Amino acid sequence: MLQITDLTKVFNQGTINEKIALSHVDLTLNKGDFVTVIGGNGAGKSTMLNCIAGVFPVDDGKITIDGRDVTHMPEHKRAQYLGRVFQDPMMGTAADMNIEENLALAYRRGQRKTLAWGVTADERTQYRDLLAQLELGLENRLTDKVGLLSGGQRQALTLLMATLKAPKLLLLDEHTAALDPKTAEKVLNLTQKLVAEHHLTTLMVTHNMQDAIRLGNRLIMMNEGHIAVQIEAEKKQGLHKADLIALFEKASGDSLENDRLLLS
Amino acid sequence: MQVFLGALSLGLLWAVMTIGVYISYRVLDIADLSVEGTLPLGAAVTCILISRGGNPYLGLLLALLAGCTAGGVTGLLHTKLKIPALLSGILTMIALWSVNLHVMGNRPNLSILRMPTVYKPLENLGLDKNVAIIIVGALVVALIIGILYWFFGTELGISIRATGNNERMVRAQGVNTDSMKILGLMLSNGLVALSGALIAQNQSYSDVQMGTGSIVIGLASLIIGEVIFGRRSFMSRLISLALGAVLYRIIIALVLKMGMPANDLKLFTAITVALALWLPQGRELLRTFRKSMAKGDA
Repeated sequence: MLQITDLTKVFNQGTINEKIALSHVDLTLNKGDFVTVIGGNGAGKSTMLNCIAGVFPVDDGKITIDGRDVTHMPEHKRAQYLGRVFQDPMMGTAADMNIEENLALAYRRGQRKTLAWGVTADERTQYRDLLAQLELGLENRLTDKVGLLSGGQRQALTLLMATLKAPKLLLLDEHTAALDPKTAEKVLNLTQKLVAEHHLTTLMVTHNMQDAIRLGNRLIMMNEGHIAVQIEAEKKQGLHKADLIALFEKASGDSLENDRLLLS
Repeated sequence: MQVFLGALSLGLLWAVMTIGVYISYRVLDIADLSVEGTLPLGAAVTCILISRGGNPYLGLLLALLAGCTAGGVTGLLHTKLKIPALLSGILTMIALWSVNLHVMGNRPNLSILRMPTVYKPLENLGLDKNVAIIIVGALVVALIIGILYWFFGTELGISIRATGNNERMVRAQGVNTDSMKILGLMLSNGLVALSGALIAQNQSYSDVQMGTGSIVIGLASLIIGEVIFGRRSFMSRLISLALGAVLYRIIIALVLKMGMPANDLKLFTAITVALALWLPQGRELLRTFRKSMAKGDA
C-alpha cells in the first residue's frame, strides 16, 4: 500500500544549520499493516510522515501509495489517499466552524468542491450516529463550534474525520502526546477500533514505547534519519521493552541513555 | 432628518464595501489593502461607461468584474509568488492608481453629472434623492447578504471559510488553499468595486483619490457592527456589517455637526479603529486589573 524507497530529506541545505532529517529510508507497508514508529527527538519520525503527506518536497527518493507515484504530487491532491491526525489537537479541525461543517469537509476529502449544499440532511443523520459511537455526547452538538470542545474531544473528532472516508493510508503523528493519560488512552482505544473497523493501513508515530509495542502488527525504530530497527509481525508478539532497547543499542551502536526518558 | 437620511443612504452604499472587507479580513484572515484601489476602480469603470452612453446597470456589473480581476491579481501575487498578503495588496493598490487613471481616460476624475444612473428611475418617480438611494442600496445589500448566506453554506463556501480558519487542516482534507484564497479575494474586491460604482453613481463622479483610507472606513464599520450588534449566527453577522456601515456614517455625520473640522475625519476614524481593535485586549487587561484589586482588598 505504501512504498518508500531511498527517501532523503535535508533541511537548510548548504547552510550552517544543515540537518539531514532523513537519509536513504526504505519502508514498505502492505495492505492492512499497522506500523508503529518510535524514536527520540529529531530521529526523523515526523519528517517521514510529512514527506509522505507532501507537506514539503523531498530531496531524493520515491514514495508510492497503492502503486501510484506521489513523490511530486501537491499536498492537497495527495490528501485523497490519506487520513491524518496531528500531535496538536488544534491542528486537525477548524475551531471557528461547527462540528458538522468540519465533518462535511472530511466527508468530501479529495473531491472537487462545488456549489452544492455543504452539509446535507442525510449526512447529518449519519454524522449523528458516528458521533454517538464516540460516547462523548457530541451527537447532539452538531452545530456547536469545534473551538468549544476539549483537546481530547477534538482529537477524537479529528480521528473520526480522518477515517470518515476510508483512506488508503492513515498517518498518526503522535496524536495522543498532547493529551492527559486518561484521554490519551481513550483516543488510542478509538484508534484501534476505527483501524480494525475499516481495515486501515496505518503508520503511527509515538513517543510511548509501551503503546508502540501494544498496538499494531509491526514496529520500526528510527534514529538520526535512519530506520534503526524493524520488527516484523511474527516477532512483535511477545516483544518487551528491554528487548527493544537492546535491539536499538545494538543497531545504532549507541547507548539509549539520552533518549531513555523520551522513550519511557 | 435630511442629515440622517443622507447618512443612511451613504451607509448602505458603503455596506457593500464593508461586506467585501469582511470576506478578506474576517473570513480569509487577510488584511487586504487592494480595496483602496478597487473602490476607485469600480467607480472609474462605471463612470467611463456611463459617460460614453452606457447602461448604468451594466456599469455596476462591469465594476464588479473589474474588482474580481484586481482581487485575483492580489491572490496570485500572494499564493503563486509567495508575497506576503499585506504587501500583495499594497502592490495591487499602487498598480491600480495608474490603471484607474487610464480607465478614466488619463484624468484624475470624471463627472457623469446629468447622466443616467441606477437611482434616476426612482428619482423620476418623484422620490427624494436620498430615499431613492436608500431603496436601491437596501435592495443591493439584501441581495448580496442573501447570495453570500447561500454561498458560504455550499461546499465551496465552507472550504473558503475553513481556509481562513485552519489552512493546514483544509489542505489535509484535499482542498487547494491557494485557489480558495484567490477566489475569496476576487469575491471581496468584486464587492468593493461594486460599492465604488454605487458611490460614484450617487455622487455623479469618480475620483482616483476616493479609495484613500477606505480600508479603515471598512474596518471601522465592520468592528462597530460586531461590537454593537454581536456576532452570533452567520446571518446576523452579515446584517451587523450593514448596520455597522450605516452607524459609522451616522456617527460621522454627528461629529461633523458637533463642529469637528472635516479635515480631522480620517484621524478620528483611525483612532476609533485603533481603539476598537484594542478592545478585546483592553477588556482582558481590565479584568485582570479588577481581579488583582479584589485580591488586594481581601
